[in-house]
Amino acid sequence: MAAVTQRSAPVTLGKAINMGLRKAMEDDPKVLLMGEDIGKLGGVFRVTDGLQKDFGEDRVIDTPLAESGILGTAVGLAMRGFRPVCEIQFDGFIFPAYNQIVTQVAKIHSRSRGKLPMRIVIRVPFGGGIGAVEHHSESPEAYFSHTAGLKVVACSNPVDAYWMIQQAIRADDPVLFFEPKRRYWEKADLDTSLEPGPLFETRVVRAGEDCTVLAYGPMVKTALQAASAVEAEGRSLEVIDLRTLSPLDLAPVFDSVRRTGRCVVVHEAPTNLGMGSELAARITEQCFYSLEAPVLRVGGYDTPYPPSKIEEDYLPDLDRVLDAVDRTFAF
Amino acid sequence: MSSGDIGVSPGDSSFAEAGPELIQLLTPEGERVEHPDYAIDLSPEQLRAIYRDLALVRRVDVEATALQRQGELGIWASLLGQEGAQIGAGWALEANDMAFPTYREHGVAWCRNVDPLDIISLFRGCDNGSWDPIATMFNLYTVVIGAQCLHAVGYAMGMQRDGGNGATLAFFGDGATSQGDVNESFIWASVFAAPVVFFCQNNQYAISEPIEKQSRIPLFQRARGFGFPGVRVDGNDVLAVLAVTRKALEAARTGQGPTFIEAYTYRMGAHTTSDDPSRYRLASEMEAWKLKDPIERVRAYLIRSEQADAEFFAAVDAEGDQLAVRIRKGTVEMPDPDATSMFANVYAEQTPYLTDQAAEFAEYHASFASAGQEA
Ligand SMILES: Cc1ncc(C[n+]2csc(CCOP(=O)(O)OP(=O)(O)O)c2C)c(N)n1
Ligand SMILES: [Mg+2]
Repeated sequence: MAAVTQRSAPVTLGKAINMGLRKAMEDDPKVLLMGEDIGKLGGVFRVTDGLQKDFGEDRVIDTPLAESGILGTAVGLAMRGFRPVCEIQFDGFIFPAYNQIVTQVAKIHSRSRGKLPMRIVIRVPFGGGIGAVEHHSESPEAYFSHTAGLKVVACSNPVDAYWMIQQAIRADDPVLFFEPKRRYWEKADLDTSLEPGPLFETRVVRAGEDCTVLAYGPMVKTALQAASAVEAEGRSLEVIDLRTLSPLDLAPVFDSVRRTGRCVVVHEAPTNLGMGSELAARITEQCFYSLEAPVLRVGGYDTPYPPSKIEEDYLPDLDRVLDAVDRTFAF
Repeated sequence: MSSGDIGVSPGDSSFAEAGPELIQLLTPEGERVEHPDYAIDLSPEQLRAIYRDLALVRRVDVEATALQRQGELGIWASLLGQEGAQIGAGWALEANDMAFPTYREHGVAWCRNVDPLDIISLFRGCDNGSWDPIATMFNLYTVVIGAQCLHAVGYAMGMQRDGGNGATLAFFGDGATSQGDVNESFIWASVFAAPVVFFCQNNQYAISEPIEKQSRIPLFQRARGFGFPGVRVDGNDVLAVLAVTRKALEAARTGQGPTFIEAYTYRMGAHTTSDDPSRYRLASEMEAWKLKDPIERVRAYLIRSEQADAEFFAAVDAEGDQLAVRIRKGTVEMPDPDATSMFANVYAEQTPYLTDQAAEFAEYHASFASAGQEA
């Protein structure tokens, strides 16, 4: 009986990360968690709920309120052979740590000619749609994807979240781990006995023929909804969950676009120099003769993230994805 | 205890208790006491006005919390328990002084004549701050912990250089004292003898983390290491806060450099309406602090010293009721912002690229309107 319930049960995305963190801590005593309010409170999203109680204050560390301190000390801990997993409370609060991440975490492996691996995971709840005040809804992934030496991934569903967090912790490079905060409460059946493929792998999550839609994090669900919505009209969208933003894993993307001839990239981050810009360029270089239309981008507008009363107008939704799909057919 | 021996060993949190250094002019029982370094002389009218401010900002807070519960606000950061610290600090400000708040200084905002509805509109999600920071001399709220402390120092350096005769008052919490920006602001203020007063409301918590997670010495003692005086005042004693802050601002204005004020208080509510304090603190702790309520002691003093009668308190209550009605009505009737406003003011002059984007946005939305008409 017990074995059956353990194999597969519905869990939320937040809980899946919690379970993944627990497993990683059980597997490797060098794994430490650091962050603001992650102990007794279990983090503002409860992702670390119960872990301090079970692993103690030396392994689940409520840090002083200073993000640069969190990342700077994580560097030292990593040098000493630990695997710190740092929680940044909200996307907009990663910037006090930006210096440490970009000038130190990203470069130390190369500067030390490989002698000092930076086995650090930086967990970042990101994106909007939760009605928050400013600095709580941002999508800063492109800043980090732009920086050599950092790896960047984003999970979109509970099953991936459970495995990807463990794989990120086992990785030998620093990994920014973006968690779609508005999907924390979404559920899926999780079978903890089946480890899926590698971390830095992009996947087709819905096969289709007419147009490829690329998404990651919170927008994967939106893209899937768009695909379902147009099915009845006889239009078939192939939806790809990028999962890894740096390095990009583009073979499945090129393969798809060569078949469909059309591509729309969706993310919440502003379009200008967002992930979509790099994807459009690379697809254009590799699939030029298969393209029926330019690669189109659907993203946040190039403005500061707006107040929550109008955030739904800022964020890409099903209609804006379909509008872009339509435009690829109008070429 | 000499300053060289702070008497704190790791794991010892006794330092966190208010010690003999605590400056007090009004006891929790409402008894006026004297302090050798701080005096205050307020007329009965002024004392009643202070009581009125305390009572009304609490009313604003209670109303906003209720509005959040009813789904009218996205979130609310309550000032419950910190009214004394905020009204005391607010009263110390003069017209030329500039205040730099966090996200919780609704009481200071009140003293700067910022309409509570302008604060509420931010928490409702209508804007990121709609009051005029220069007209009110009350900066916009700053959510990124500690960033405003450097702004306060820079503004003060400006006052130093352009002959302004004011000072700045930088607000921040106990948790914020860990941020690099805040520590840098101390260094800058000290090196340039900037006319700034650092006003730290030590409400004992940074969300769930108790003060021991931020400091191993009383916060006010840190100032000395940066090169300026630090004082600890009973943050629930509005008179002491007013006296201490007034003196510090006057020192700043007259070229004597910065002061660090630790207003020792307690966050009686949750961190925000999204928080659940039962996960990390005991109810008994709050019960103990209830006895030190900042408003009750002023009320007791006014009654005891016969400076206010039942009629006065009834009038304040009635004013509170009217204010509550205005806030409720003003909130539920508050219009949503126009979506195109997100494109406004991004730059001094909108870039051509953004102008095009705004036009596409308008066109896209218009297409739904016309589609609706056709249907
Ligand atoms: C740079 C940054 N990191 C994290 C947060 C999230 N956060 C909001 S309030 C808060 C605690 C602040 O505590 P304190 O400074 O004591 O002020 P209080 O809320 O108690 O008034 C935290 C961690 C933030 N706003 N900014
Ligand atoms: Mg605090």
